[in-house]
Amino acid sequence: MAEKATIIVHSGDLDKMYSALIVANGALSMGMEVSLYFTFWGLLRLKKGGLSKGPLSKLNLFGLGRAMIRNRMHKANVASLERLMADFKELGGKVIACEMTMEIMGVKKSDLNEDLIDLYGAVGTYIQEARESAITLLI
Amino acid sequence: MSEIKVDVRGETCPIPLVEMRKALRKAAEGDFIEIIGTHPASLKEIPMAANALNVKIISEEQQGEVWTIKLQK
Repeated sequence: MAEKATIIVHSGDLDKMYSALIVANGALSMGMEVSLYFTFWGLLRLKKGGLSKGPLSKLNLFGLGRAMIRNRMHKANVASLERLMADFKELGGKVIACEMTMEIMGVKKSDLNEDLIDLYGAVGTYIQEARESAITLLI
Repeated sequence: MSEIKVDVRGETCPIPLVEMRKALRKAAEGDFIEIIGTHPASLKEIPMAANALNVKIISEEQQGEVWTIKLQK
């Protein structure tokens, strides 16, 4: 059986979303199975069209820092989060949405980009994946 | 035995690895995959991934900024 990697995507910040998706795609490319468990602020990014909406985790400067980083990424030809997510799904990555977060934050399934989501789960779902994983991360 | 060409020149992390993986999934056993790109780290990382996936590395070349890696599934 292939090795597994499980990542809790807790943050909704732009830079952290990039870290999560790049690491996830890297693991898939190296032959691992990967699950992304979206919770709290990360879950909000699964709202329709919301993937790239987060601020920078530091130096956001009311959006100025975010704009600068996006500009640099554009110059370096870094793929968009939407592209990285599409690649993640195409390579067989799993997206799990935290039901508890949905309840706390008043998010309905219809608010979310349901095409992306493979599973709705609670902490047991996460533990099930994580206990079998060689790599576990909280981003 | 067919050859799949992957052009990731100008693409940066993680796209070269991702496109290589996509090509490998589409390939049949025995097919060749030729990847050309410019991302420096990928020249090391694609062979690393190939080894992790038990895929044969046929050749690795570099001409200036552009590298070419040939794999066989």
